[in-house]
Amino acid sequence: MNIKDVLSPFTAWKRVARDPVTVKDPFNDRPGADRYRGFHKNDVEACIGCGTCEDICENEAIDLVPFKDPISGDSGLRPSIDYGRCCWCALCVDVCTTNSLTLSNEYTWVATDPDEFIFTPGVDKKDWDENEKGWKKPEGNYEFYGLKRVEMEHLHPEERSDSFIEMVKGYSKEQAQKEADRCVECGICTATCPAHMGIPEYIKAIRNDDIEEGLRVLYETNPLPEICGRICTHKCESVCSIGHKGDPLSIRWLKRYIADQVPSDKYKDILDTNEIENNDKKIAIIGAGPSGLTAAHYLVKMGYSVTIFEQFEAAGGMMRYGIPEYRLPYESIDKDINYILSLGVDIKYNTRIGADITLDQLGKDFDAVFSGTGLHLGRSTGIPGSDNEHVYYSTDYLRKITAGEEIEVAESIVVIGGGNVAMDITRSLARMQKVKYGKANIIATSLEKEDVMPADREEVVEAREEGAIINPGWAPQSIEIKDGVPTGLHVVECNSLFDETGRFNPQCSMDVKEFWPGVQIIESIGQGMDLSYISEEFKENMAFSPRGRVETNDYFQTGVKWFFMGGDIIEGPDVIHGIANGHKAAIGIDNFIQGIDFKAAK
Amino acid sequence: MDLKKLFQMNPDRSLYPEMGEDGKPIIDLSSHKFLKIWQGPQHPGITGNMSLELTVSGDEIVESKTHVGYLHRGFEKLMERRKFIQCFPTCIRMCVAEPDPNEYILAAAIEDLAGIEVPETAQWLRTLALEMARLQILLRSVPGQGGTFALGLGYQWGNYIRDLILDRFEELTGGRVYHMYIIPGGVRGLLPDGFKKRMEENLKLVDEFVINIDNLMYNNSVFKQRAKGLAVIPKDWIDTYGVYGPTARAAGVMRDVRKTHPYLKYAELDFEPFTTTESDVYARSRVRWHDLQTTVDLIRQIMAKMPDGGEIRAETPNVLHWRIPKGETYQKCESSRGEYGMYMVTDGSDKPRRVNLKGPSYTHANALLDKLLINANIADTAAIMVSLATCPPEIER
Ligand SMILES: Cc1cc2nc3c(=O)[nH]c(=O)nc-3n(C[C@H](O)[C@H](O)[C@H](O)COP(=O)(O)OP(=O)(O)OC[C@H]3O[C@@H](n4cnc5c(N)ncnc54)[C@H](O)[C@@H]3O)c2cc1C
Ligand code: SF4
Ligand code: SF4
Repeated sequence: MNIKDVLSPFTAWKRVARDPVTVKDPFNDRPGADRYRGFHKNDVEACIGCGTCEDICENEAIDLVPFKDPISGDSGLRPSIDYGRCCWCALCVDVCTTNSLTLSNEYTWVATDPDEFIFTPGVDKKDWDENEKGWKKPEGNYEFYGLKRVEMEHLHPEERSDSFIEMVKGYSKEQAQKEADRCVECGICTATCPAHMGIPEYIKAIRNDDIEEGLRVLYETNPLPEICGRICTHKCESVCSIGHKGDPLSIRWLKRYIADQVPSDKYKDILDTNEIENNDKKIAIIGAGPSGLTAAHYLVKMGYSVTIFEQFEAAGGMMRYGIPEYRLPYESIDKDINYILSLGVDIKYNTRIGADITLDQLGKDFDAVFSGTGLHLGRSTGIPGSDNEHVYYSTDYLRKITAGEEIEVAESIVVIGGGNVAMDITRSLARMQKVKYGKANIIATSLEKEDVMPADREEVVEAREEGAIINPGWAPQSIEIKDGVPTGLHVVECNSLFDETGRFNPQCSMDVKEFWPGVQIIESIGQGMDLSYISEEFKENMAFSPRGRVETNDYFQTGVKWFFMGGDIIEGPDVIHGIANGHKAAIGIDNFIQGIDFKAAK
Repeated sequence: MDLKKLFQMNPDRSLYPEMGEDGKPIIDLSSHKFLKIWQGPQHPGITGNMSLELTVSGDEIVESKTHVGYLHRGFEKLMERRKFIQCFPTCIRMCVAEPDPNEYILAAAIEDLAGIEVPETAQWLRTLALEMARLQILLRSVPGQGGTFALGLGYQWGNYIRDLILDRFEELTGGRVYHMYIIPGGVRGLLPDGFKKRMEENLKLVDEFVINIDNLMYNNSVFKQRAKGLAVIPKDWIDTYGVYGPTARAAGVMRDVRKTHPYLKYAELDFEPFTTTESDVYARSRVRWHDLQTTVDLIRQIMAKMPDGGEIRAETPNVLHWRIPKGETYQKCESSRGEYGMYMVTDGSDKPRRVNLKGPSYTHANALLDKLLINANIADTAAIMVSLATCPPEIER
């Protein structure tokens, strides 16, 4: 034995004089590190109740509980957390779509009642709610799902500015699947979509490359997917939870992707509509717009014999006669409509209710009637000169373009209006000018300034790319007429539209004036409805809102029990509201015919 | 009966138990020469819940059987029901005391099967986290060997410094014990400001500790007497029993995945794992003492070489429905106990089809420990078990 080995351990004694290293005061707080994964906090105002945190939690520690009434874009639920299950992995924080969920650096909590450890952060107030430190989603390139949208390819302005070829190219399979991958399946979109489409479900079908399933999901709530996949106002995208930190999902283009993949001759097999059992009840539908077509689709599937009466020579309503072809090609419209007609829907073209047949007659010949006649009357500004024959309504003009009628396309044009319809006519005429004169020379204006213009931003940008001048923030004063022909539009600067009480009351600087030359003027300031086919006798039995709209119950039934109305004349105006109304009305009509009680008309 | 033999002061222990022809001891409990005792599942000498069924004759062990099953949580099976990202918080508990290798092998398996390239910075940070994990556990297991011979002081010293390393873990990862840092795709954060400086201060304490523990333990006559020559693992058992890491290196067999199959940034680091040949408890502990110094040196190298900023995570598909193509892989790393690997099979769905952990404790603490304990003194049981770096949770996953 080595003597050194006996003595060496005694060197430990040199530490005797040192200060102890143990915690001297165990009763005082030792704050957790800045990134500490302590107790949960939730900014309940920023949280949207999407439930993604619940989905990722492998311990099932999270449960979404009611917090307030749901509103568009917010389920009204908030995550409650069970600390009997949580392991403080903070995956819920990292995946949170709004970054509202964080962890504090607090880690001690004493309570005698075990149920206290199930709590709703942010709602059940805690000492650490104001604690700024603790775990937050790591910064930098650390994302659990893609925040960037898969870019959609468009035709270049040079390729499209003189043609009506569809400008959006559509996703390839790889692009669609990549985009579909970003979805967190929260369903916030479904709640906001007027038709409550099964959006997460059809996006999932794309991920699974199960297009047939995708089509089935689409047709559960929407029989016009080719159309909606192109021109829907996509309210769903404005609430998409991914939009809080990144680009919302391209829900609309994904829908189009599914519909585009399936050839028409496969529809009946996939949707199982080769055989439909008929009943002996007959339904009449006035107008072959989206609301009428949708009602027809669901009613014919229920077994009713359905007849549509349409004043024009083709079906589609404003989808065909309003929306320009470069946004919505006729083949797409035809694909959706032909499938509906193929189910056995009868359609009588060139038949105007009120002129060719009365509503009263329809009521007698059919068991129920649905009307979706839309907004087809042009509205005028009424400014001096607007009654000139070279001043037109945009909708009349768009209809003529569709019908292939000969129309006047002047070398210089001014469009009054800054909404999407105004952009449609501007861009359509710019294309026709380019073909006829080699260049576009068209100005569109709106009362609103650029940042609050009603038209979609991309419409304005694309119109400019195509050579149109968009000049927002001006109020039209008069149309200058010389020798019976307009020479241009006088405008003054418009500063605001509404007064303090919120009433429409434009304020203009009368001394800031401009004159825009144009030998043709188009008015595009909205459309009105023509309900002249409803007789006074019927109207007496129907309720009207103070603003003159017909009031219906939740199933779009009017005071005249067999008469249902929907689409733009009731709600909207857009295609998806028409679809939603048409579907709900179909259910209402079925209930009505079967004598099932539902809330009576208001 | 040979009375002389019975009253002999120094009984000839080699006569007990009598060996049968099959080489196994003939144990007849009714002879009153044998006693069965259980060490564990609750016993300070058992690092975790496991138990040894010992048959003793006097104070000598004649037979030992390892019993596991006190700690079974079924992580491998649970992972078959978890999405890939959800396996991340699950896997860390497979070895509680050194959780980071669990995180790493899971991430590496997923990344290999999904074809994901981890960013440079994240690879450095992973290497750092793994060495920090080794450091904190060696600060326990090095002096812990002394603890098994009732030398508790070194353990107090080691644990104090370990707590400081946990402070560093806390600021880097947000957790002290379950770090949950090496996430599939990368890591969960860059170094906080001032981290390197604080780490260096801690490393200086480790340097000091290395000298102190050398004086206290390795140059201690009692420790030497008890540890030297105890539980020698012959070199030819290394392959037979599947022995890994420091335990193999103490028998002169170079086994260190960091060196033999470099992963992450180990190929860019300068180090030489220590080997010796005595292969007893002392040698195994001594190898770990050297490993401790290597780790300190590696942490210094990593901190000097790693980039300051950079990307921490590769782009992955949406983790909520991350499907991984059909395939299988085995990914490994060097834990403080030896090769630690994960075999994963995927079937194209969003969950692993099969996960299998391969850790050194499984072989060390079952077959090998059973064998080593024969003829050992009961008082040395804990020392022998600890010298194999047994981690019961890792056996039962
Ligand atoms: C230029 C323009 C662009 C638009 N762009 C979009 C867009 O991008 N996205 C979007 O969602 N929406 C858009 N809209 C709005 C959308 O087209 C309408 O909201 C939608 O078509 C309304 O559907 P509906 O079923 O109510 O009626 P409509 O589509 O207006 O259809 C009504 C149908 O009834 C027929 N009809 C009317 N009266 C009678 C009668 N007495 N007898 C027989 N038939 C009759 C009409 O001929 C017509 O076919 C646009 C509208 C316009 C004008
Ligand atoms: S993921 Fe975030 S936004 Fe969604 S419910 Fe949870 S805390 Fe709220
Ligand atoms: S920290 Fe982890 S275990 Fe806890 S609630 Fe969040 S996801 Fe679930």
